[in-house]
Amino acid sequence: MIRLLARRLAQALVVVAGVVVVTFAVARVIPGDPAVTYAGPRAQKAELEAVRQKLGLDRAWPAQLATYAGGIVTGDWGTSLHTRRPVLDDLATAVPASLELVAVALLGAAALGIPLGVLAARRKGRLVDITIRLLTTLSVSMPVFWLGLILQHQLSWFPVSGEYAADLDYTSPLTVYTHMTIVDAAIGGNGPVLTSALAHVVLPAMAIAAYPLGAIAQMTRASLLEVIGEDHVRMARALGFSERTIYARLAMRPALNPVIALIALVFAYSLANTFLVESIYDWPGLGSYAAAAIGSLDTPAILGVTLLIAIVYVLLNLVVDVVQTLIDPRLRGSA
Amino acid sequence: MTVWRAFKRDRLALLGAIIVAIVVVVAILAPWLAPAPDDATIAVHPVDGLLAPGSGHWFGTDQVGRDILTRVLFGARTSLRIAIEVLVIAALVGMPLGILAGYAGGIVGDVIMRITDVFLAFPALLLSLALAAVLTPSVSNAAIAISVTWWPWYTRLIRAQAATVAASGYVTAARALGVSHVRILIRHVVPNAAAPVIVQASLDFGGVILTAAALSYLGLGAQDPTPEWGLMVNQGQTLFQTHWWVVTFPGLAILVTALGFNLIGDGLRTIIDPRQVLHDRGS
Repeated sequence: MIRLLARRLAQALVVVAGVVVVTFAVARVIPGDPAVTYAGPRAQKAELEAVRQKLGLDRAWPAQLATYAGGIVTGDWGTSLHTRRPVLDDLATAVPASLELVAVALLGAAALGIPLGVLAARRKGRLVDITIRLLTTLSVSMPVFWLGLILQHQLSWFPVSGEYAADLDYTSPLTVYTHMTIVDAAIGGNGPVLTSALAHVVLPAMAIAAYPLGAIAQMTRASLLEVIGEDHVRMARALGFSERTIYARLAMRPALNPVIALIALVFAYSLANTFLVESIYDWPGLGSYAAAAIGSLDTPAILGVTLLIAIVYVLLNLVVDVVQTLIDPRLRGSA
Repeated sequence: MTVWRAFKRDRLALLGAIIVAIVVVVAILAPWLAPAPDDATIAVHPVDGLLAPGSGHWFGTDQVGRDILTRVLFGARTSLRIAIEVLVIAALVGMPLGILAGYAGGIVGDVIMRITDVFLAFPALLLSLALAAVLTPSVSNAAIAISVTWWPWYTRLIRAQAATVAASGYVTAARALGVSHVRILIRHVVPNAAAPVIVQASLDFGGVILTAAALSYLGLGAQDPTPEWGLMVNQGQTLFQTHWWVVTFPGLAILVTALGFNLIGDGLRTIIDPRQVLHDRGS
């Protein structure tokens, strides 16, 4: 078991190292001359030379890569061109808001998607099933930025911008523990901010939830149908157990395994989708930060966000892998 | 053709096929269908700016007076073009690598698969966005940026296939008879690998179209005056409160097109392999 863990961890580290190399390539190799990007189009020759020295571009690229990778490891992720602050500090400020948004979206998506998937599987081929399949396919086909705009326009009785009503800062100031407003307000027992924050998260979370909702429902349906076809379930049927017992006691648990794996992976995708939604709702997270960075051609910031989400993705994959191997002994042989 | 019969019985897949057929016809016939073909390129009519949908302009006009219906119809061309470019590049890069990894195996195969793992560690939107951000924004560069995130899926798909073929009895027999590796690859491995790639590519159309629209929405893909749905949503978003039609119609076009492809994909997937469920791929 320990050996398996060590091996998975080593594999994940190799992938993370590769991810660092890819972002390095995107930053330094592809744009032609990063010094020009950095110094601006009107820079003089001497200025360009200075920038080259400052960025280390006058050295061979393996040396540059070593410096870059060393910086990533030691916490120097470069300086954002538009905020003029260290990228890692910016990310630390932005991450909690996005985590909160994505967590709410995924909770909602799972709470609705799993029952829909179960319902569709139980009524396979009937009208209910066809309707749910159509709706879930519609849901995964949503251009999330457009959905964000439509929801903001159509459901404007919900607050349409920010994390909570700003005037509450005067009447009920929020004590910050985690930088996640809902969590902080709940810990601090700050009722007004909690209510306001919950109302503010509804619309952006709905936009983010569209893809996960459809994906979770489809995965639940497919996975449940597969388990239902397995021998031990057919045996239980032949023995006369009720449908209810079969679904609730026998089929659900194994069927949910791939669904939980999917939720973990969709998490990283949803973090990327915040790029398309947060700026619409002035949500102060990674997405707004990335959108601003794209607008100002702020390569260090863009790559910082990219690197962070890719690392989160690799780590989540690792966790899912390990947890599933722990739960299901059948997977251990194939490690 | 049992696949076709099963497909026809699946009413949702049939609906998807009808939608996609309409989109393809629109893309081909756009110059003849569009009421004002010039509005898809350089024409502007500031006097007719932001007219509401009505008899003159079914979908209304945008800020500079261009007919939105025309631009939505021409947008089908842009979206399909990007999707085809991405999938062709991804298949052309991913397939040979997968065949090599599967057929050669060993260290070469391991190295290729580790590189594949690295590229799969980025959500599609994320890496294509980072790449598109350092390239000059254009339709072609958006297609290249998305291809970079898409090829590993094909490599992974084909590797298993190629490894099975390489280990099969008839290949061993052919080797024993002195048939060269190149000939075996061309005669046996490539034809066996082609079918799953084509199926997978057809499943991927919806995802690519959504990713491309997202890049253009962020200003990293098509540039004005190219008629592109994501870009049109971007251009209209500040006007949504007062002029809903500028954003609504192009967005609906993205939704309906992606829906059509995804319905077909879903149907195909259930018929070909009921156990293989959707890709964990975002948009």
